[in-house]
Amino acid sequence: MKKILLSAAVAAMALGAASASAFAADKYKACWVYVGSIGDFGYTYQHDQGRLAVDKALGDKVETAYVENVPESDSATAIERMARDGCKLIFTTSFGFMDATIEVAKKYPDVKFEHATGFKTAENVATYNAKFHEGRYVLGQIAAKMSKTGTAGYIVSFPIPEVVSGINAFMRGAQTVNPDFKVKIIWVNSWFDPTKEADAAKVLFSQGADILVQHTDSAAGMQVAEEQKKLAFGQASDMIKFGPHAQLTAIVDNWGPYYIERINQAMDGTWKTQSSWEGLKEGVVNMAPFTNMPDDVAKMAAETVEGIKAGTVNPFMGKITKQDGTVVGEDGKMLPDGDILGMNWYVKGVDDKLPQ
Amino acid sequence: MALILERRVERARKWMWLSPLLALALTVVAGAIIFALAGVNPLHGLYTYFISPLMDGWDREKLIAKAAPLVLIGVGLAVAYTANVWNIGAEGQFVAGALLAGLVPVFLPAWQGPSVMAAMLLLGVIGGLAWAMVPALLRARFHANEILTSLMLVYVMRLAYDWAVRGPLRDPQAMNFPKTVRFEGWQVLPAWGEIHLGAAFALVAALVLYVVMVKMLKGFELRALGSSPRAARFAGFSEHRAIYFVFAVSGALAGLAGACDVMGVSRQLQAPYEPNYGFVAIIVAFLGRLNPVGVIFAGLLLALSYMGGETAKVTLGISDNIAKVFQGMLLIFILACDTLILYRIRWQGRA
Repeated sequence: MKKILLSAAVAAMALGAASASAFAADKYKACWVYVGSIGDFGYTYQHDQGRLAVDKALGDKVETAYVENVPESDSATAIERMARDGCKLIFTTSFGFMDATIEVAKKYPDVKFEHATGFKTAENVATYNAKFHEGRYVLGQIAAKMSKTGTAGYIVSFPIPEVVSGINAFMRGAQTVNPDFKVKIIWVNSWFDPTKEADAAKVLFSQGADILVQHTDSAAGMQVAEEQKKLAFGQASDMIKFGPHAQLTAIVDNWGPYYIERINQAMDGTWKTQSSWEGLKEGVVNMAPFTNMPDDVAKMAAETVEGIKAGTVNPFMGKITKQDGTVVGEDGKMLPDGDILGMNWYVKGVDDKLPQ
Repeated sequence: MALILERRVERARKWMWLSPLLALALTVVAGAIIFALAGVNPLHGLYTYFISPLMDGWDREKLIAKAAPLVLIGVGLAVAYTANVWNIGAEGQFVAGALLAGLVPVFLPAWQGPSVMAAMLLLGVIGGLAWAMVPALLRARFHANEILTSLMLVYVMRLAYDWAVRGPLRDPQAMNFPKTVRFEGWQVLPAWGEIHLGAAFALVAALVLYVVMVKMLKGFELRALGSSPRAARFAGFSEHRAIYFVFAVSGALAGLAGACDVMGVSRQLQAPYEPNYGFVAIIVAFLGRLNPVGVIFAGLLLALSYMGGETAKVTLGISDNIAKVFQGMLLIFILACDTLILYRIRWQGRA
């Protein structure tokens, strides 16, 4: 028995060594740590599309690897394993990976890290994020035009600033069309949980919402909307095939160009820590085609997109009334970036309380 | 025609100890088949899963750190199962210990010094012990089935923990994420590389319980109650006392493991927190033949299954659920081997 095991082990080791040497040693290794599954057809799927774009553009010089379904509560091990596996640049793509990324980066000063949607940087840790709230403002306007009940349902993950500012931008957009527009909110406390997301969608529809918005990663809500002949917005990815009659448009994240640029910089030595925050104008945030809506609504939405790109329209421009009645901002001026990135309050009209 | 299990007359002691090895071998074979079905070269898969996590120092340290809670909980469960008391709820007792230990850094952040470490560990022990007393009381006093009650209480504790970390214990600076402040200074267990003090506790607990079970009257009492309760009662051993005793021991150790996990590894409480060590420790206890020293080796093996799962996820790109599959197969094979060692299968036909 022992002998058999031993010889199997030896054979296996030889095999492992052989396959390890099959990788070209001089390729630059870039790695991704995902919170969800690359098959979620949403947030993680879009990041992986970015990785595949890197493969396509730089495949002869760069080797990519990824690890998916990494829980936010135990991400340090996965990130550290990547760093030990020879990754030179590691993208960690969830807000909850922030502290773990910083911690591992301290232990591996020669490895570069990029953390998506966070706010902590270091010598070897950059952050990157997208102005998703710009897209959400467009969604708000469309929703207020299209809704018969005047109420949208909103499925959300965690009350972090990115999500809160998204809700506010949606509301600000809707209020330009219908000042009395209402939104119902359900927190599912997860980024990716199709069962919970579908249940939340059903509850929201049964409570009178007729349009669904989500800040979670799966297409489950879209599928419920399609079944119930309601309307919905796709999240992170164009979800039209899950809701051919339901999807109005989708906010589509497009990370490929950013990834390619940063990996190129890392390879030629010009990589520096930074906080990248781009939106519709730069093409990191895109809108899927406007479907299932009358032409005048699509026209309005397209004009808003152009306005945001030109800088004449913005969800957080001008005076903003908070839920508690206080006013921030000045006419014609943008709210400072820091206020948006750390947003922890609702605008007037949101019928929900932030967990305090 | 019926399939019946007939108790074997001769009982081979040797096979009692070979059974885990046989189960391991069967798991390896079944694993190879699973890798092949998943489109991975089976030898490469097995190498990645079972051997590559042992190849460098960092991995070996992680392995020992991972084994620590499994062994701590596993030895407690081994004692309980020997006495025929089925504490299935160690996971809940583990979380209770983590939660209670976490109260100190949240509410007394300025408290530093060796005393705070001792207090947190003690609170962990108390938390696990107190939570284990519930099914013990229900069993001893009301004859409620402890398998059900202890299991159900896992979910109760998980929800209580979840509520606490999302509510009163949450770090106001955490951007509404469900986690507490990070533990600092003496609130963190000392560590050698990746190995924290919990590993030493596990070793000591296993050795102490080995002496208790093998060399002391208490061990004989528990074994007697487990194998022939009637005879044990004639000998004057109290079943009630034994129930409380084994629940106290297994609960306290699970609670200590929980405290060590948050003080040594995550260094904060976060939700969701479902490491499942309490459930995997059940496999550890059986694989270790309910012998505290055997549990040490079984704990290392199961820790390897976690590590292998992680490595397989990163290097082979297959789901880390593979670890759960391996753990499940191991338990099924060990129980099947045990059954077939103690019993023989016979077809009983109507001749």
